[in-house]
Amino acid sequence: MSGATLSSGRISTPFRASALARGVSGALLVYTVYALSQLNFSWPRFVSGLDRGAHLLARMFPPDMTKGDILWTGMVESMQMAVLASVLGIVISLPLGLLGARNLMPQPVTWLARAVVAACRSLHPVIVAIFFVKAVGFGAMAGILALMVGSIGFIGKLFAEAIEEISPKQVEAVRATGASFANVILFGVAPQVLSRFVGFATYQLDSNLRNSTMVGIVGAGGIGGALFSAFQRFDYGFVCTILATIVLIIVLGELLTNQLKKVFHV
Amino acid sequence: MAHALEIEGLVKEYRRGQPVLKGINLRIGGSGVTAIIGPSGTGKSTLLRCINRLIDPTQGAIWLNVEGRRTDLSTLRGRALRASRRQIGMVFQEYNLVERLTVMENLLTGRLGYVSAWDAWRRKFPPQDVQNAFALLDTVGLGDFANQRADALSGGQRQRVGIARALMQRPQVLLADEPTSSLDPKTSVEIMSLLREQGRAQGIPVIVNIHDVELARRFADRLVGMSGGQVVYDGDAAGLSDAKLKQIYGGEDWLS
Repeated sequence: MSGATLSSGRISTPFRASALARGVSGALLVYTVYALSQLNFSWPRFVSGLDRGAHLLARMFPPDMTKGDILWTGMVESMQMAVLASVLGIVISLPLGLLGARNLMPQPVTWLARAVVAACRSLHPVIVAIFFVKAVGFGAMAGILALMVGSIGFIGKLFAEAIEEISPKQVEAVRATGASFANVILFGVAPQVLSRFVGFATYQLDSNLRNSTMVGIVGAGGIGGALFSAFQRFDYGFVCTILATIVLIIVLGELLTNQLKKVFHV
Repeated sequence: MAHALEIEGLVKEYRRGQPVLKGINLRIGGSGVTAIIGPSGTGKSTLLRCINRLIDPTQGAIWLNVEGRRTDLSTLRGRALRASRRQIGMVFQEYNLVERLTVMENLLTGRLGYVSAWDAWRRKFPPQDVQNAFALLDTVGLGDFANQRADALSGGQRQRVGIARALMQRPQVLLADEPTSSLDPKTSVEIMSLLREQGRAQGIPVIVNIHDVELARRFADRLVGMSGGQVVYDGDAAGLSDAKLKQIYGGEDWLS
């Protein structure tokens, strides 16, 4: 009797799962329609917006090339912020990632490390930048701190996960030689994760380059401040120059990080 | 002469009340090969890993005798455990080399119990260790491979590096956990003769877990048959009759 129930249950399982999936999809669809109706998200508004957008783009040309010094100071500051925040963020993320790896550390330690990393990741860099501007005042320092916090939240988690995915056999062999914990990390763990770490670090540098152009909007240094004030002055020619420079820097950064990865044989 | 290793009443339970090892008593000394044979899951690997404490024993003692000093491995912790592990070399079934390090770095891993983290990070090993490593590479026939990455080697070459790494420790005991199970028959024979030669050359006992009974008969000076977590045979190859094999592995269809 119980055998029969079991086998009939097994046959109908795929159908039940499908019904659940359909229910969830249906609910998502209903909610999407509801949200659309709430937020005045409509086609006619989009069409009229296209027109105004085209007007704005037209006013961006020709780009304003006369404010070279403002552009230069802002961009240099942004890049310095990005590099500093990346380096400091990585230096702090390395031990945090190790402490958060559940295959090497006792449970309570990993909880603590993971909580710190999660807290760093929970807020967007611009919101964190507002806090730091209030705390340390306007300027690059606030921006660097904000980007650092974001970097720790992001790569701290990736580092911990990379360490958790290593082969335990290689670690076991190093441990069997009587190596100290530090030496096990250096010879058994580090070689297995190094190339992935370099990948994460260069990705974070790329991400910080982009974010460093934005935290300036809330007064945390870099080109963002100049961009924001140019918008407010309707100085669209200069906006165009700044945006083009940012794109250029990001592309150059991409090329640079690719070279960096080659150096480390990733 | 004192035995290098004396195992007394060793019990290991992974789950309470379900012992995998049910009171093992073994004394191993000299410089010969001791082969431990027995069916899969009978605790051969657990036994070996209890010796260098990759696994913690539940009960019993494991005495290591080094130059007149007698240590119970089963109770060691921390620094003292690491110091004793340096005396015990281990060779693994899947070689367990650090894939992304070079052959030379893998050999020097055998000295990690003796160098500080700062020196290890800068790859600053004592010159005599490096010299010894080159000599060992020549011994195992990989003299030209020092700067190759371990993941570029074949299975047989990797196991040679694994053996050289264990010998770098200048161990008092050499353990080998199924060292030939991932290798072809010809390479298996080469690896077994290398283990036997090196055990004799260093004057240390070699303890090998092995599936292949013929290989065990051919290379071992002493055979230990295990079944159900207990030692059921302990003697030389000549004394290992079909009746004994049947007792170790059960069934008889495979004997012919």
